Amino acid sequence: MKDVAREGTTCPAGLWLEGISHAYGGKPVVRGVDLAVAPGELVCLLGPSGCGKTTTLRIAAGLERPAEGRVMLNCQLVSGPGTHVPPEGRHVGFLFQDYALFPHLDVAANVAFGIEGLPKPARRQRVMEMLAQVGMEAYAEAWPHQLSGGQQQRVALARALAPKPRLMLLDEPFSGLDKRLRDQVRDETLHVLKSSGVSTLMVTHDPEEAMFMADRIAIMRDGRIVQQGRPDELYCAPADPFVASFFGEVNVLEGRVEGGAVATPFGPRPVPGLAEGARCQVVVRPEALHLSPAPDGVAEVIAARMLGRSSLVHLRVQGLHLHARMPGRFLPAEGQRLAVALDPSQVHVFPAADTN
Amino acid sequence: MADLDIAETFAEPARPTTLGWVASRASGWTVATIVVAALVGAPVAVVAAHLLVPSGEVWAHLADTVLGLYVANSLWLMLGVGLGVTVGGVGAAWLVTMCRFPGARMLEWALLLPMAMPAYVVAYTYTGLLDYAGPVQAGLRALFGWSSARDYWFPEIRSLGGAIAVMALVLYPYVYMLSRAAFLEQSVCVLEASRTLGRGPWRGFLRVALPLARPAIAAGAALALMETLNDFGTVHYFAVDTFTTGIYRTWLGMGQPAVAAQLGALLMVFILGLVVVERASRGSRKYHHTTGRYRQLPRYRLRRGGRLAAQVFCFLPVLLGFLLPAGMLAAWAVETGAEAVFAADFLSILGNSFLLASVAAVLAVAVALVLAYAQRLHPTRPARAAVRLASLGYAVPGSVIAVGTMLPLAQLGQAMGVMLIGSVAALVYAYLVRFLAVSFGSVESSLGKVTASMEAASRTLGQGAWGTLRRVHAPIIRGSLLSAGLLVFVDVMKELPATLIMRPFNFDTLAVRTFSLAGDERLAEAAAPALAIVLVGLVPVILLSRAIARSRPGSEE
Repeated sequence: MKDVAREGTTCPAGLWLEGISHAYGGKPVVRGVDLAVAPGELVCLLGPSGCGKTTTLRIAAGLERPAEGRVMLNCQLVSGPGTHVPPEGRHVGFLFQDYALFPHLDVAANVAFGIEGLPKPARRQRVMEMLAQVGMEAYAEAWPHQLSGGQQQRVALARALAPKPRLMLLDEPFSGLDKRLRDQVRDETLHVLKSSGVSTLMVTHDPEEAMFMADRIAIMRDGRIVQQGRPDELYCAPADPFVASFFGEVNVLEGRVEGGAVATPFGPRPVPGLAEGARCQVVVRPEALHLSPAPDGVAEVIAARMLGRSSLVHLRVQGLHLHARMPGRFLPAEGQRLAVALDPSQVHVFPAADTN
Repeated sequence: MADLDIAETFAEPARPTTLGWVASRASGWTVATIVVAALVGAPVAVVAAHLLVPSGEVWAHLADTVLGLYVANSLWLMLGVGLGVTVGGVGAAWLVTMCRFPGARMLEWALLLPMAMPAYVVAYTYTGLLDYAGPVQAGLRALFGWSSARDYWFPEIRSLGGAIAVMALVLYPYVYMLSRAAFLEQSVCVLEASRTLGRGPWRGFLRVALPLARPAIAAGAALALMETLNDFGTVHYFAVDTFTTGIYRTWLGMGQPAVAAQLGALLMVFILGLVVVERASRGSRKYHHTTGRYRQLPRYRLRRGGRLAAQVFCFLPVLLGFLLPAGMLAAWAVETGAEAVFAADFLSILGNSFLLASVAAVLAVAVALVLAYAQRLHPTRPARAAVRLASLGYAVPGSVIAVGTMLPLAQLGQAMGVMLIGSVAALVYAYLVRFLAVSFGSVESSLGKVTASMEAASRTLGQGAWGTLRRVHAPIIRGSLLSAGLLVFVDVMKELPATLIMRPFNFDTLAVRTFSLAGDERLAEAAAPALAIVLVGLVPVILLSRAIARSRPGSEE
């Protein structure tokens, strides 16, 4: 396993994707993706459907052979020009969206499928160990069709982890579960993955899920990685309006640069690095608008709703319809006027060329 | 019943590339697929090529004399059988799925029974029953004191009308089965909507249910008509000259293989029309599901008169298509006596039939498995086209396939030819050509039970392509492989025209023996082999019936 890559001076441990491109029937789906997953790290590939994230995952597993680029696994070249280690030779675990349990095998036999090489007692022990880890030891004799969605997911996780893979790949593993169950299974899965210390690459379209699970997030759009970093980095310093809006609802204001700043209803915002007269977008998160009652305030309340931990206030500001989110219960009357203070750390200005 | 699967083979399976990792070996699999498909498609191609061969004197003679008759008879047969199976099949399907009357549950599966009956067997039994010497006419004569045929009129069973009746009786289950499934599929909301809009049960049936089920009905009727054109035993026995009897006569009687092939090619043009109809009706099917909500079907309660009429309508096909002929056969077999039956070479004939059927079944399933798996690994365009070509044989009558197989063998020259012509191997090859679509349909649809991610899961857990086939696919689809083999087995047992033309000298099967005994007017002696065919044919019908009985209509998902 410890082949040393000749090319690099440092050997990238974990998963290393370099310049990956792929196309289906002439239609490019992945275009030059570079991505690394360090040992023990959990990275989420986040993006809208059809952005190429699942294809990237399948390339990492060896289920697809990339048209261009190299895949390295613990310093071993597994995909590249002239090289392609098939999935069965990669020693990776894959958790499928539909769990893909084998219907003709019971739970124990499903988990044992990948560890045939072990002697029987050791195999049995490993199976029970894995089932215990996901809390399914009572179901060793059960058949897949007798299990609920959440239970199937856990068995699939145990099956994928049983051979002690070098890398775990998760393809939208929670999308088949209903909301309440999803939160619970997600939590358990995170604990299992973290305690087993395996490098993990997970694909999801749900930003909340990505932020919940990931050490690092890579946002994909149209086959490219737009931005990658820690969840808080992406949230607080988005690279473009797409990333900003992907992590939740935003208010978008349009404007032009005049005198190095763009005018907003809440005063001018400085725009460093943009040409004079250029059109730009001001992205304001609802949390960035701090409201306080003021008879001559700039905003008028259209409606206010409490949504649990926060309240959403619909505002009319100079003909614009904006949303503000206030913590706790904040329910001003319709038509009331409010003053708005802007939290500059949650306001981002981008050139308008990249419309979303 | 297997014939249903033919529809799938004509419908292009739109499947995304599932297993791209073996792309480097794609060409090898595709080549293998194409080679197999070419071998299996060869006889059809040979016959089709004869459309282009310049027609000789014999052909001109045929065209002047009998060709018009063949065309006319075939068209009348298709018209009559088509009408009969549609009215009978759709009517029975509607009544048992949508109406409540005593016995409906039982009739629901019993209506399939006539499928076990080869048309020619029914033809013999009705001839025995209804011709001048038969018990019906004898009884009438005794009753009314008539002394000869001149004293009264009785419909002639050995006629075009008789052939239509016999074939409609055994072929209506195709339409029944498909339209029943279509009625069950129909969203109950659509039917309820029609009722709230003021349509009664009958108007609702005519204006809503029937149009919705039209593609299924067309598909069923097309299958029944393909069987009609394939039929040899019935029309030959009834002396109704059609293409199949013409091919047989031109080949064996007149010794004109090329002309026989031309007749076959012309017949294939007929079939092609049916295939196009069937495919078109399938193609539009996907537009027919408007909502996905199904509930317990609201069954119409019938008044007493309606109940009786429904019972009669649904019971008659079962009685005439199965109970009566089967009972007649049983009576004849008893009459002949066990010693007479087994004293003859019955057991060796039974052995021949079983041998041919088993070998063909195993081969057909094996070839189908290879084709289906190869296609799944590499769903390339040429591979898909090749597979469709290979499954075309089912639409082609057995007599045509026999001609298409024998012609090239005859031209291979004496050395090779003599060895192969009239050998069991050539016969099995012809069966494979004809029935590959049956096994392929089952195998392909059962491979669908193994999802792409199950395959991928097996691969990431360390199994290679063959290991995955062995440890994942094979156990999951084992049952379907068995039933695919069973379907081919039964079809081969029943097959008459190809066997008749191609069998080795003095090599009889149950079907051939039934045919020749009946041809010699030894109907009672023909009962034992005929009964054996029916009994074997019952096995898949029973399996189907059980599946139907288990799936309560309306409670299906």
